[in-house]
Order: sequence, then structure tokens, then C-alpha cells
Amino acid sequence: MSEKVLMKGNEAFAEAVIRGGVRFYFGYPITPQSEIPEFMSRELPKRGGKFLQAESELGAINMAYGCGAAGGNGFISSSSPGIALMQEGMSFLCGAEVPVTLLNVSRGGPGIGSIQPGQADYNQVTRGGGNGDYKIPVFAPASIQEAVDILYEAPEIANRYRNPVMVLADGLMGQMMEPVLLPEPKPDLTSADIPKVKPWAISGSEKGERSVVKSLRLQPEVLEAHVEHLFEKYAEMEKELERVECESLEDAEVVFVAFGTMARLAREAMELLEAQGIRAGLIRPISLWPFPYAAFDRISDKTRAVVSVELSMGQMLQDINLGVKGRVPVRLVHRVGGMLPTSIEVVEKTKKILEEVR
Amino acid sequence: MKPVFTVTKGMLPVSTSYCPGCTHGVAHRIIMETLDEMGLLGKTLGVAPIGCSVVAHQFMNVDMCEAAHGRAPAVASGIRRVHPDKVVFTYQGDGDLASIGMGEIVHAAARGEKFSTFFINNGIYGMTGGQMAPTTLIGQRSTTSVDGRTREQAGMPLKICELLATLDGPAYIERVSLDSPAHIRAAKKAVRKAFEVQLAGKGFSFVELLSTCPTNWGLTPPEAMKRMKEEVAAYYPLGVYRDAEV
Ligand SMILES: Cc1ncc(C[n+]2csc(CCOP(=O)(O)OP(=O)(O)O)c2C)c(N)n1
Ligand code: SF4
Ligand SMILES: [Mg+2]
Repeated sequence: MSEKVLMKGNEAFAEAVIRGGVRFYFGYPITPQSEIPEFMSRELPKRGGKFLQAESELGAINMAYGCGAAGGNGFISSSSPGIALMQEGMSFLCGAEVPVTLLNVSRGGPGIGSIQPGQADYNQVTRGGGNGDYKIPVFAPASIQEAVDILYEAPEIANRYRNPVMVLADGLMGQMMEPVLLPEPKPDLTSADIPKVKPWAISGSEKGERSVVKSLRLQPEVLEAHVEHLFEKYAEMEKELERVECESLEDAEVVFVAFGTMARLAREAMELLEAQGIRAGLIRPISLWPFPYAAFDRISDKTRAVVSVELSMGQMLQDINLGVKGRVPVRLVHRVGGMLPTSIEVVEKTKKILEEVR
Repeated sequence: MKPVFTVTKGMLPVSTSYCPGCTHGVAHRIIMETLDEMGLLGKTLGVAPIGCSVVAHQFMNVDMCEAAHGRAPAVASGIRRVHPDKVVFTYQGDGDLASIGMGEIVHAAARGEKFSTFFINNGIYGMTGGQMAPTTLIGQRSTTSVDGRTREQAGMPLKICELLATLDGPAYIERVSLDSPAHIRAAKKAVRKAFEVQLAGKGFSFVELLSTCPTNWGLTPPEAMKRMKEEVAAYYPLGVYRDAEV
């Protein structure tokens, strides 16, 4: 039975992926997500799964690769510097077509930065820091409920495309408490089921054809064909996985673009502006890759500015500009370093921008 | 007529890409023959490294995956969680295991992971063209130590069996050499023991196989064998470093 409970973000995330079929967790402690490995170490053994604390994020991503190559539904969570250390592994996962679910509860940078919330991983997660041509779908939920729903679905998406799938939350979401409706647990995938459900996986099961999971393709024409094949998958993902929420775009004078917790803040700013007689709209990308470029075609002639609200120095602007295509001025309202803008601050800065573009 | 010799089903019927006189092929064969003799071929999952043997999965007739450079023990730890009843091994070179992958092997050994690692120590980075490895001997020439490795410049070679034997996690550690028919037979026994230890659920088993790289040592295959027997084994003593009774 589905049930509504009050849960802390990080614990809700962990519960959601278990219900979504994950049975294997690999991770290394890092703030602000350490409640996730703690939760997994308690819960997974009770639910037929296994928890393994890795020696590093390098260890964690490669354990998850082994788990996924062997057909298991694996999950890793980390935060920004840990995700940075995993980039080589992500390239391998994509090249070898190994599914895994990833969660980045992001914080400030560069370097060790701070443990406060940040969104400056936008480029890291949408462009990827690993080598080669590859893509990883990234979803950025704006509420615990949305995060739960996406994390519940993510293992299935990863398996469908044989590719990693990432969920990007920020430290605020990890720490806050909200009531959530937990979905029905999905059935277990036992090691005996793996050769049937995932015949490509290595399982040592004498199923006839031998399985080899690899990214090595030494002949240029073979690697080229493989990369083309990967990009056919990515084209499919672009069609199927794009998610966006648009609010009040018709006759909006200003349109905010924001994801995650900043979208919640933008909504507050919209109400404050409305009270002052300024109509504001919102484009909230839920999938950061594939980015919902087409949503920007819905911006009306009345819109005088598009304002990105970000906890980074404007990493999303490049994508927004690709969507806006120069039709409307694009501006940025941001804080970094773990500082958070208030809705009043967003309103004031937006009004200034509207004056500038008059 | 009874055949006196049949090729193991463990090796695929293709020629390997290894240089003449390279013992990677010998190491592959004794591992695969052992799995075949133990009836384990269909139940085994192998992890290939980055190094000349990155292509091991083209020759070894078991389910295999490759690992990023040095990460095979982490990959095998993940595989082991999914398939607790299967046989799992990693096959790794000395650059892979003793340099970039030192963290992964030490932690897998310390955890007592129930898989076997075959460590091919040829004292050189074979695949990338003969650079110094952490296992390169003092005085040995390489493309990054053209006048021979010195202690002052590059420190001392790593002795992995000895190092892992300081841990309580591993169940079985042995160093063998592929330098002669007698030593190859002994190596095969060690490989078998490693799998037996794994099957008995005793924990981590590790076999270091002293190996040749005639190409990058700049020696003929017979000279390489001689060097391995005389010089290499003198620094890396053969023997059992850990044996928790099976
Ligand atoms: C991250 C990374 N760094 C470097 C390399 C280049 N590289 C490929 S094989 C290799 C060394 C392999 O040496 P070893 O493990 O001793 O294997 P051998 O070829 O001697 O059998 C290196 C450095 C790589 N593939 N990946
Ligand atoms: S380069 Fe060395 S290790 Fe590699 S195949 Fe040739 S002899 Fe063997
Ligand atoms: Mg080597």
C-alpha cells in the first residue's frame, strides 16, 4: 500500500530507490548526503540487498560498474567533489552500456568549496567530465515528492537504455522534511533472474552465448559504429526523457528559469511580483539533459526578459540562450558559495532588470 | 587412439595478440585450464585490466568484463555482491595493480573479498611501451629510466605479496614464476589453490606470477626467461606468504 509519511529528503531518496528495485549500494561518506549510506547500511540487508562502503568514490563507481555489468540494480550517491572523482567511471559505464542510478546532492565549489547547497555542478552533470562522446540523463526535482517519484523510476530508465541515470538534488533538499507518498515496492530481481532479464550481463550462468561487457574497441570502424549506436540511444532519450514544467507563460512580462530548490524560490518571487502588478512566468527544467529547449518557444511576445535564478555563476545560461535564440534578453540572478537569495532579493533584482531592458 | 593432449575449452580457438616469449599467454592458459579441470568454466566471471591483457576477454572463454585502469578489484567486489555463488577473478598487470590501482587492491584484500586475483608482474608498463613500473628493479632500464632505475630518483620497487601479507584480510597469498616447466606446474597448483580457497568461502586469494616482457626488456625470449629466473626472482622470492588452511 502506498503511504504518506513525513521524511527527511536524504532518507526519502534512499527509500525511493529501494522501492524502485535497487538492491546494491556503494558509497563513500560526504556531506550533505551521508544520511543516505547510513540509511542504506541499515535498510538494505533487511530487504535482500547489500551495502558496501567503498574506499573512495573511485571505488564506489567501479563497484557500481561491476554490479551493473553483473546485472544488479545498483545505486550510488555522493556530492559534488565525489561526483567529480567518478567521472572516469561514468565514461566507462556509458561506453560499456552499464546501467546504474546516481544521486548527486550537490554543494558549493570549486575545490572542496563548502558543504552548503549549490547548483554549480550544472556543467559537470550535463556536459560530463569524463572522456569521449557520451550522455547521462539528469533529473533535477524541486520537491521531495518529485525526487521520490524520479528516483523510483530511475533504475527502470537506466535498465531500459543500459545507461547511467543521474538525479541532481541540492543540499537543501537533502536536509528538509516534507510529507511524501511512497510508491509501491517493485519486485526483486534475483541473481537467478538476471540471465533471463538481462541476457547481456555477465552472470556465469552457462546460458549458451558468453557475455562480455567492455568499452574497448580497438578497430576504428568498430568504435565509430559503437559511438553511432550510443547516439541513436541518446536521440531516443532526447525524445522520451525531456521533462519540463511551465507556469503562467502567457502574457508574462518576465519569465524565470530555475531548477530544484531555486524553482521554489522563483515561484515565491512570482507571487510577490504579481502583487505588485508585474506578471511573471516560470520555466522549470526537470530534465537538465535532455534540456527542454522547445519550452522556450512558448515564451510570449509580451515577455521582456528571461531571468535565470541559479546557485552558480550562470552555468545554465548557455542552454537557456540556445532555447531563447536571441528573441528576448536573458539575465541572471544568482548567489554562490552556499549563500541563498531571498525571494525579495529576486524580486528587487528582477525589477531592476526590467528597467534595464525597457 | 587416446589423445595425449587436448587444448582446454577455457581458451577460445584464436591466436593471442601477445609478443613472442611473453608469458601473458602462459598465465591465461594455466588459469583457464584450471577452471576447466575444476568444472568451473560456466560458473566463472572474470575481470580484465588495462594493460596488454585488456584483450584477455578475447581469449578467455568465460563471462568477462573489463575494468578501468587499476579498478578491477572494485569491479569484482561489485560483481561479487550480485553473484555470491559464482567464481570471480581479476587478472591485473603490475602498473594496473601496484601503481594506479593500489587503493583498490589493498582494500579488497583487507575486506577479505571472496574472489581471486592473478597479478602479472613483469616489472614494466608493457602496453604503453616500456615505462618504469613500481615493480621495476633497481638498475633496470626502462623508457623513463634509461640509465636504470635508481633509489634516489624513483625509490624502491614494491613487493606486493609481502605488503598484502601484512593484512589480516587475505586467506591465501603466493608468489610463483613462469620461468620453467617445473615452475609453471607449480604456478598452476597455486592458481588451483586460489580457486579452492575462494570456493571454500575462506576469503581473498592472491597469486603473483612473475612474468616476462621480452619486448620492453630488450631481450630475446630465452634471455628474458633467464633474467626472470636469476635477477627478478632474487628480488621477489617465490613462496607462500599466507595460507589459511582450506
Ligand atoms: C587512467 C589511465 N591512465 C593511463 C593509461 C595508460 N595505460 C594503459 S596500460 C598502462 C600500463 C599497463 O601496465 P601493466 O599494468 O604493468 O600491464 P602490462 O601491459 O605490463 O601487462 C597504462 C599506464 C590508461 N589506459 N588509463
Ligand atoms: S609488450 Fe610485453 S607484456 Fe605486452 S604482450 Fe609484448 S611482451 Fe607481453
Ligand atoms: Mg606490467
